[in-house]
Amino acid sequence: MATTVNTRKKGGVLAGTANYLDERVGVAGILKEFGRKIFPDHWSFMLGEVALYSFLILLLSGTFLTFFFQPAMTDVIYNGVYGPLKGAHMSIAYASTLDISFEVRGGLLFRQVHHWAALLFVAAAGLHMLRVFFTGAFRKPREINWVVGFALFVLGMAAGFTGYSLPDDLLSGNGLRIIDGMIKGVPVIGVWISSLLFGGQFPGHNIVARLYSLHIMIVPALILVFLAIHLFMVVIHKHTHYSGPGRRDDNVVGYPLMPVYVAKAGGFFFIVFGVIMLIAATFTINPVWNYGGYDPSPVSAGTQPDWYIGWLDGALRLAPTHLETMDAWGHTWSWNILLPLIVGVLFLVVVAAYPFVEAWITGDKREHHVLDRPRNTPTRTAVGAAGVTFYAVLWAGAATDLIATNFHMSLNQVLTSAQISLFVLPVLAFFVTKRLCLSLQRKDREIVLHGRESGRIVRLPHGEYVEIHEPVDAYTQYKLVDYKDYKPTLARPNAEGKITAAARVRASLSKFYFEDRIAPVTQGELDAAHHDHHEAVEAAPAAEVKAVTAKKAPAAKKPATKAAPAAKKPAAAKPAAKKAPKKD
Amino acid sequence: MSLFRRNVNGARRHPMAAVAVIALGLIVSGGGYAAASAAVHPASSATAADTQLVAEGKKLFLGNCASCHGKNAAGEVDANGKQVFPTLIGVGAAAVDFQVGTGRMPAQASGPQMMKKTVQFTDHQIAALAAYVQSLDPTGPTVPDAKWLDGKGDTSRGGELFRVNCAMCHNAAGAGGALTEGKFAPNLSGVKARHIYEAMITGPQNMPVFSDKNLSPSDKRDIISYLKYLEKNPSSGGYELANLGPVVEGLFAWIIALGLLVLITMWLAAKSN
Repeated sequence: MATTVNTRKKGGVLAGTANYLDERVGVAGILKEFGRKIFPDHWSFMLGEVALYSFLILLLSGTFLTFFFQPAMTDVIYNGVYGPLKGAHMSIAYASTLDISFEVRGGLLFRQVHHWAALLFVAAAGLHMLRVFFTGAFRKPREINWVVGFALFVLGMAAGFTGYSLPDDLLSGNGLRIIDGMIKGVPVIGVWISSLLFGGQFPGHNIVARLYSLHIMIVPALILVFLAIHLFMVVIHKHTHYSGPGRRDDNVVGYPLMPVYVAKAGGFFFIVFGVIMLIAATFTINPVWNYGGYDPSPVSAGTQPDWYIGWLDGALRLAPTHLETMDAWGHTWSWNILLPLIVGVLFLVVVAAYPFVEAWITGDKREHHVLDRPRNTPTRTAVGAAGVTFYAVLWAGAATDLIATNFHMSLNQVLTSAQISLFVLPVLAFFVTKRLCLSLQRKDREIVLHGRESGRIVRLPHGEYVEIHEPVDAYTQYKLVDYKDYKPTLARPNAEGKITAAARVRASLSKFYFEDRIAPVTQGELDAAHHDHHEAVEAAPAAEVKAVTAKKAPAAKKPATKAAPAAKKPAAAKPAAKKAPKKD
Repeated sequence: MSLFRRNVNGARRHPMAAVAVIALGLIVSGGGYAAASAAVHPASSATAADTQLVAEGKKLFLGNCASCHGKNAAGEVDANGKQVFPTLIGVGAAAVDFQVGTGRMPAQASGPQMMKKTVQFTDHQIAALAAYVQSLDPTGPTVPDAKWLDGKGDTSRGGELFRVNCAMCHNAAGAGGALTEGKFAPNLSGVKARHIYEAMITGPQNMPVFSDKNLSPSDKRDIISYLKYLEKNPSSGGYELANLGPVVEGLFAWIIALGLLVLITMWLAAKSN
């Protein structure tokens, strides 16, 4: 107890409180454990943070909105301040949304904060996912965390959609109608699920209240749980880092959480909040008063979901028209709905399962904490680019009407182009990306072996021009040579001596992944290149000096021949240098 | 004399046929005159001016419109019987005022839809053209009375009617939308009340006609009032992003909001020099 007295004297109230807490809940231990957590510094590691902060802002602004929103579909006559709806019949939900927008102090701002934050939340989560994918941060031991993150992304979509439908305006009602149609398109169970969800025929009188429970309770609770797991796993796994000197698979190089990251992250939260506030205060989002209350008869042009559902809407729009229905086994099969559903679910399954698939192909059971540079895994990067392109075409598919009107094109042709693009562009993206990665890798090799182009052109005495290459520093070089080199594996027989079909598939996938590869520069190659280069580098200035003196000399020919022996050396070194890239 | 007399071609004609033709002619011209004089208020005094206006309109028509619509404004039919250029007989002054008054006519080039462009004629010339076309068939719809165009109708009712009748093509906020094969429903912001009314009664291009039985003049006035309200009262939520809905909002969130935050992350993680 004597220590308590001492610290109090020294540190005053703060230290006293800290000590009080430490003696009761062991704050010092927790702080020691978490406060000394090391995080590496890179901008791309902060994208997940943007999503996290957007979610916090969603919780705060959403709580504000719950104070005023009434999730009931009882018919009322609007008598608020918005002129063009005065006297109109509408649901209480829509009327209360109008009240939030026009009569609650700060209501419209908070509605817009909430909606912009929602768009940003899913967007930032998506970008974070792309970062994780393209840098290979999903590899062992983080496969499960990838799945958790994927679940968070899907939950984000669910949270967004349930919220989008709450105001019960024409736009969101149209969106719900599409969802209702999709559910009904599922054979056998569809109609039952739809009537269960809507409490009878669409739209019924229950859906808003039900979506409200999901939106403010179930979905956010699930997001919180998955978020906790997600962050907990980051702590367990420690953060990944990019390659560099001293950065290995068994360490983390960076700054401690306390005080550096607590300050940085705390400040960053307010920056994200500030950006969202600024946008919400200056840009309209979802002007529900324009759409009017939901009425199943009108459908407005330009009815689109929020962006994160857009790719599914696009899939619906791109479904071929001649595939509408088919009678089989006593049921009507709406392929124009089933096909997009199947494509969407398959796409999500592939995304969720990718880490396991890649681990199976490489057979790599090691832990990976050093991230890949996207170019060093050309096939994965290309597969990712193809996936992004596929998603992007579906996404653009949801805006076919806007593309057609704003760029003065034919809607039918935009649609057909999108249908073709859905199959052609991902393949194109695959090959272009893979070639780009391989070229970048070749360039890296060249830089390591022969140094950077300095831009200094030297004319040799015999008239040849050479550019002086400067060797790269060790720091950069480390980054360029430190990556794993997988080789295609052959199908091996199992214990019974049989080559299984799975083994064959794996072998062919392995070939697909690692057939074209650029091996990292080895020490031997580096030494060999440097050996040649030392001569070249030493010779070059000599040649330069000679060349300069040659210029000065009145008879140009004579000194030039004198310089010839010196000039020969780099000339001899050149073929060797040229050979090096060919080794790949 | 037999009851039927054969004419030069040998066809038989009832003796009363001539009387019937004369009667019909009188009814049409008299009715037309009545309609025309009803459209122009000081009927008796303005008749001479009207004739002059029609004559002027005809001259303008022959110089600017006849190349497509034909010298007698009957349009053109191709060998397959397909109407390639529409007839203007019966379209009325309202159609001319809309098409020429918004710059859609004279057309610059054929395409899926005639585009709005700079108006080519003065108001007087447009009135002359309208008077000429109206004189071809006086039953055509005329330029609406100013009392329907004052924008002082019931905006709430107008909004509802707009959503039920117009929003499926023109978008709930009147921002426009796509139709098939390159055709589209235009943005309604900034369109004159008179032109909106005329579009409803004449159904230009791909637009259906909303007759007075379908939407009464007072309904049309309400719709116009609603559109004018939207035009005059910009969103209370800030800049509207063209009122194009979630697609533009999504692009904005990705490019501006997330783009800005990514730049900030780069700044935060930048090594100090």
